[in-house]
Amino acid sequence: MALRLNIKKTLRSGAREFELAAAFEAQGRSIVLFGPSGSGKTLTLRAVAGLMAPESGRIELDGRCLFDAATGCNVPARERGVGLMFQDYALFPHLSVAQNVGFGLGCGLPGLFGRLDAAGRSRVAELLELASLSDLAEARPARLSGGQRQRVALLRALARSPRALLLDEPFSALDPLLRARMRREVRSMCQTLGTPTLLITHDPDDVAEFGGTVVLYDEGRVRRVVAFRDGPEGGAEGGPGARALVLGEHFKAYG
Amino acid sequence: MPELLSDSLTGLLVPALVSALVPLALTLKVALTATAGACALGVGAGYALSRRGLPGRDFLDAVCTLPLVLPPTVIGYYLLVLFGRRGVLGQWLQQTFGVSLVFTWQGAALAACVVAFPLVCKGARTAFEGVDQNLEHAARSLGAGECSVFVRVSLPLAWRGVLSGAMLALARAMGEFGATLMLAGNLPGRTQTLSLAIYDAAQAGRDNEAMFLVVLTSGVCVLLLLASGKFLKLSPTT
Repeated sequence: MALRLNIKKTLRSGAREFELAAAFEAQGRSIVLFGPSGSGKTLTLRAVAGLMAPESGRIELDGRCLFDAATGCNVPARERGVGLMFQDYALFPHLSVAQNVGFGLGCGLPGLFGRLDAAGRSRVAELLELASLSDLAEARPARLSGGQRQRVALLRALARSPRALLLDEPFSALDPLLRARMRREVRSMCQTLGTPTLLITHDPDDVAEFGGTVVLYDEGRVRRVVAFRDGPEGGAEGGPGARALVLGEHFKAYG
Repeated sequence: MPELLSDSLTGLLVPALVSALVPLALTLKVALTATAGACALGVGAGYALSRRGLPGRDFLDAVCTLPLVLPPTVIGYYLLVLFGRRGVLGQWLQQTFGVSLVFTWQGAALAACVVAFPLVCKGARTAFEGVDQNLEHAARSLGAGECSVFVRVSLPLAWRGVLSGAMLALARAMGEFGATLMLAGNLPGRTQTLSLAIYDAAQAGRDNEAMFLVVLTSGVCVLLLLASGKFLKLSPTT
């Protein structure tokens, strides 16, 4: 994945104003946006996913222009070909686990009614098998545990074989024991399926696990970009070095 | 003595029932047609109004709410001006299809539809605004177009609110009086709905008939309100 980004966006709420002016170039199997809460990471992710249009600038993924204020190019979210995993998972409460995972595979008129063709059904079965969720295929999300919900959200985002998977603070809602396990699980699933990840987090342990290229955010700006070497199986290498790096960083937001 | 009582009961009830059947059937036909129309328009308008980016949203919302606050006679007059024999739409309908809505049950249904529309629109808007935006975003990022997002995510999550609004609209359409009277008149057997029949019976001093129709109408409306409340209470996720 090669991401080139240079965007500006101003948000106002009452008397408060937040200005995002982020610019960076990053490459590799794993890119991590790290910074304190409210430093503009989520806004950046939403701009890449196409859920928010910046006021100015340009976003380019693997050489393809997703957004360019100068030329008026703005690819709609549905055509960007990126998977997105929400912080609260955003699973469809009225659909079963299998229907959630297969949501993006149905197209045309049958898809409008949630019908999948044979290829779609076997893809869903294969993914559920991969995450040991086959027994819960017909269950509604309300019945699942936190870890199971996250697996479903992950499979749903990966089902369409996206160019990149965007993860928004994926582990912050989990309790610490489960967090460490899901972190390894999500990373190994993305490696198995060969999907590069763009992860945003304020947890140093996430940086240590995902590593790769770390983009440090502070108060709406990119402070610096640090690239760790790529690992042996094409996975990114972070480790204790990456963790020490972000822990040693002095963020203005923290005073 | 008991025979005398039952004689007077059947003597009163049977004619009252028979005379109520025609306006009751007509009322149901008018109200159901009106509700179907109000649902089609109200769900569309409610969805559009629930979108944050819609230009002139406050103004459009006020326009959609207008039939709720205007006196029904005012709405009836507007409809008469538009759909009357000399009205723009009335003339067009007459020339193109050879039909006129004035003094027909279809006219009564149109009047009831306009009056019931805001109830569906309001209910639908509230229900659509209650749908988590992230779910709609998730659907978009999974490749769904706006139409698909509506059919597969927004509507299935909002349908209880929409249905509750539709129930209120049905109750309102059944009780419609003023606008119906202006556009469709009060022709027994053709446009005389229950509320018009009650007015007629009370004016003519047929008190027993009026009382019977009043109790019948009240009963039906209580049932509709109970059903509407039930749909609202059920959580949208179950």
